[in-house]
Amino acid sequence: MLYINCPHCGMRSQNEFSYGGDASVKRPELNKEVSDQEWDDFVYNRKSLRGKHLELWQHISGCRQWIKVERDTATHEIFRTFKADEEVA
Amino acid sequence: MTQAFRIDNGGLVNREKKLSFKFNGKSYFGYEGDTLASALLANGVHLVGRSFKYHRPRGFFGAGVDEPYAIVQLYRNGETEPNIKATEQELFEGLEAKSVNCWPSVNFDIGAINNFLKIFLPAGFYYKTFMWPKSFWYRIYEPFIRKAAGLGVASTKHDNERYEHKYEYCDLLIAGSGPSGLASAYAAAKNGAKVILAEDKPRFGGSLLTSDVNIGNQSGKDWAEGLITELKTMPNVVVKNRSQIFGYYDHNMLVMSEKVSDHLPETKKYHPNKRLWYIRAKEVLISSGSIERPIVFGNNDTPGVMLSSAAKEYLKVYGVLVGKKPLVFTNNDSGYETAIEFKKHGVDPIVLDTRKNPESEIIDEAKNLGINIKNSYVVVAAQGYKKVKSADIASISEDKKKLGKIENIQCDCICVSGFWTPTIHLASQSGNKTKFKEEIDAFIPGQSKQNETTLGAASGIFSLEETLKTAFTAGSEISKKITKKDNEVAIPNVVEKQSSQHDKFWCVPLPKGKNYKRFLDFQNDVAVSDVEIALREGYRSIEHVKRYTTLGMATDQGKTSNLNGLQLVSEIENKVVPAVGHTTFRPPYTPVSIGAIVGREVGKHSKPTRKSPMHEWHKKNSAVFVDAGVWLRPRYYKRGNENLFEASKREAKNVRTNVGVCDVTTLGKIDVKGPDAAELLNRVYTNAWLKLPVGKARYGVMLREDGIVMDDGTTTRISENHYHMTTTTAQAANVLSHLEYYLQLVWPELNVNVVSTTEQWAGAAIAGPKSRDLLQKLFPNSDVSNEGLPFMGYLEGDLFGVKARIFRISFSGELAYEVNVESDYGNFMWEKIMEFGEEFNIQPYGTEALSTLRIEMGHVAGSELDGRTIPYDNALEGLVSKKKDFIGKRSLKRSAFTAEDRQRIVGVVPLDKKTSIPEGSHLVKDYKAPLPNPKLGHISASCWSVEYDNPFSLAILKDGKNMVGQKLFAMSPLKNKVIPVEIVSSHYVDPKGERVRS
Ligand SMILES: [Zn+2]
Repeated sequence: MLYINCPHCGMRSQNEFSYGGDASVKRPELNKEVSDQEWDDFVYNRKSLRGKHLELWQHISGCRQWIKVERDTATHEIFRTFKADEEVA
Repeated sequence: MTQAFRIDNGGLVNREKKLSFKFNGKSYFGYEGDTLASALLANGVHLVGRSFKYHRPRGFFGAGVDEPYAIVQLYRNGETEPNIKATEQELFEGLEAKSVNCWPSVNFDIGAINNFLKIFLPAGFYYKTFMWPKSFWYRIYEPFIRKAAGLGVASTKHDNERYEHKYEYCDLLIAGSGPSGLASAYAAAKNGAKVILAEDKPRFGGSLLTSDVNIGNQSGKDWAEGLITELKTMPNVVVKNRSQIFGYYDHNMLVMSEKVSDHLPETKKYHPNKRLWYIRAKEVLISSGSIERPIVFGNNDTPGVMLSSAAKEYLKVYGVLVGKKPLVFTNNDSGYETAIEFKKHGVDPIVLDTRKNPESEIIDEAKNLGINIKNSYVVVAAQGYKKVKSADIASISEDKKKLGKIENIQCDCICVSGFWTPTIHLASQSGNKTKFKEEIDAFIPGQSKQNETTLGAASGIFSLEETLKTAFTAGSEISKKITKKDNEVAIPNVVEKQSSQHDKFWCVPLPKGKNYKRFLDFQNDVAVSDVEIALREGYRSIEHVKRYTTLGMATDQGKTSNLNGLQLVSEIENKVVPAVGHTTFRPPYTPVSIGAIVGREVGKHSKPTRKSPMHEWHKKNSAVFVDAGVWLRPRYYKRGNENLFEASKREAKNVRTNVGVCDVTTLGKIDVKGPDAAELLNRVYTNAWLKLPVGKARYGVMLREDGIVMDDGTTTRISENHYHMTTTTAQAANVLSHLEYYLQLVWPELNVNVVSTTEQWAGAAIAGPKSRDLLQKLFPNSDVSNEGLPFMGYLEGDLFGVKARIFRISFSGELAYEVNVESDYGNFMWEKIMEFGEEFNIQPYGTEALSTLRIEMGHVAGSELDGRTIPYDNALEGLVSKKKDFIGKRSLKRSAFTAEDRQRIVGVVPLDKKTSIPEGSHLVKDYKAPLPNPKLGHISASCWSVEYDNPFSLAILKDGKNMVGQKLFAMSPLKNKVIPVEIVSSHYVDPKGERVRS
């Protein structure tokens, strides 16, 4: 079970969180014309990569904040975590 | 009855306390502190079971967790548990056990015929033999395998034992209480670290209980006892025996199974049977020791052949002789230690050493005691069927290829030592890539993967002095990093006998003309010849060889067989062992009872049960409940002998003619507050929200980004910046997360807060033509006329002193209202509604009537919003704004979603107006068409229309828009029904929606 450092609450076990997918995906702005390709990329197409991955988790049984977690998808190593509005450098 | 094999003195059992027990129906006795294995051996019982494949007689091979043979069915306090290792089961008064895998009895086993058919059961036999002909599979092969395979029998009764889960955090978790575990725990504890020390056996001390060493001028055993006593008094230390750490998971999470009650005749009141510990440790020290490995020779599975370390443990811990004419077969000095113990207790052993001229202090001691030692000698084969009677022995050439003349010598047990295999399972589970250590012919942990350190024999260090030195140092250094304290602990001086180099020899060649089975895996009956076949047939990867032969796949996970299997593959393949590599170790290290894994989450505890504040009233009024997610809701209120169908029809009819009340507390409720609340709703819902006035409600549909309908519900503007959103019961949690996602990540600029208020409000839906009259009685001071409170209007009222929210919304399609009060007043509200409703013939209605009412109105619910439909499919496209953007809008342009013949909701009526259509039925044009018969749609919900008094269903149908009037068939292969139907409008009752506005 992963041990995730919620930037709001501290170290918490994985079973307090729910997974939210790739954090690098940006929703196209409202009212903007988008091509089928752009929209498909946003809704469906994911890299599903092996290695370092920036992903979203919600601390659903805690502070209910969505956070960003930098995790290695192969080893489960977690490098850093960020608040929702924090820029990931 | 006397215990013929118990020595007069010695051992750690309590001879003051005799315990009686039964094995295979026969009574014996042992002592407190015995295991079932030691007690049986004390009584001279060696035959405990039959092997898995050939049903060969099986005895005891080890003395602990590594035991491959002695698996029994245990009976305790009216319960039974399969697959218990007799070597781990502590004896208690009245214990009963039986052999498994044999029929009709362990002495005469029909399945043993397999032993003579073994030529037909070689490696991969499951894959080969039973492949052909196909018809044989069901009639012959499968029943045969089912009868032959498997170990014990699981109980079919409810398990009345309680199992607990516990979460714990510590600085250092130490697995194993042998010398390295004790030393590191002590050093870390002295530095103030929070330490958990776990030992799987009942007694602490590991190898110190049986080895002849001195630490700090005491015997190893006394030193261990002193240390444990002190550790137990320290507040920062938790010491646990009977506790097996069986899994090492991500981020230093380890799981430990503590046997709380297995050693007792029955579980004490308020105590669990087992306790599963989830331990998050900052650092893990693995001091799991090592397991002796066998030398492979002919018939090496005969009862009486066992590990020499086990024989020593039975003698030193339990005071039990495993034989009175022992033969010790060894390739290293450990065999001598066992021989010396035998000799000290008046039994004359013979030692066969594969080595030519070994010299060491231990061997000198054996010689001085006058022990008969034969160098360059091997056991060729054990003789005897149910018990070793003699051994064929021979000298062996220096190159270990040629056997000398075979002699037969009498013996009653053969104690084997093929050197030691470090127990690296936990390190390997943590991700540590293990490495091969040439000097000991075994794998040891390599670079640490997680925060784990392996100590002592588990790391391949077999000298006690070095073990203690490294373990004290590791305990100090690792704890120092955490606690920043550095309290020095003196490392005691050690007296141990030096040993000589072991011999790499591990497998005795077959003598000419003999075809003895030489077993590698004792539990799965995998012999040398099986691995040879696998390699001959082209299997190369050790993982493939393992699966093809089942080597190491039994419940003991090959604790005693893995390395010898690798040796064999490497020899045949002419590779070195590290190049062959070992198979992956996965948790659990040893079998864990399912009850312990499940814990308390059984039956009603498997999920929470949520009840509305009116639950007690429903119960008192003969409600029959149904699970709605985690909620318990009244399905119907039973009157007399009514069944579900009759009751729900009565309740629904009463709503259509008089007035009914339904508990809608379970609906999800979310408070949406803030200056941008309207903007958020406008982006979340498909329809327009910016102009909704205060005091008005609106129905809304929300989509996922892929265009699929996520949920629906009404949202009411309570005040300028305050909205009350409702969701379906099932989607409440998902909708809240969905809103939080957009507010926190996508549109953080919106100034809105959302919070769940589901628990804060109790809700009652009052529906029916007489609902307004009733409402007026309940709220005499409010104007609830059609003008004062129009359809989709909202009022705050005073319910006899209780603040209430009144929404004029309708799910039933009738004139209807929903009243909310704070949860604590829910029952008060309900009773008032029933009291004042009496004159209008009010009846409560449950979810079944609720469904009937919405289905015949064509209102969609979860069965239509099933994660596969878009607004158009549910005839909700009128709610989809063409002007503004919203979540999921762009997806609605996808070609499949705009297709002319897109699926759409329709009504379905059986032609005979009598036969109810099972939900899930498929709609087809021709029920006789050849398979696969094209499916045009499916029945999503069915009811008995109270308006027309005939069955009515909703369906999602391809090209539903143009299908009204068509005749199709509803087919339910599950219910074996074909029903001719006609497609009608989904709005079966009041299609213009006049009643809700009346
Ligand atoms: Zn948090």
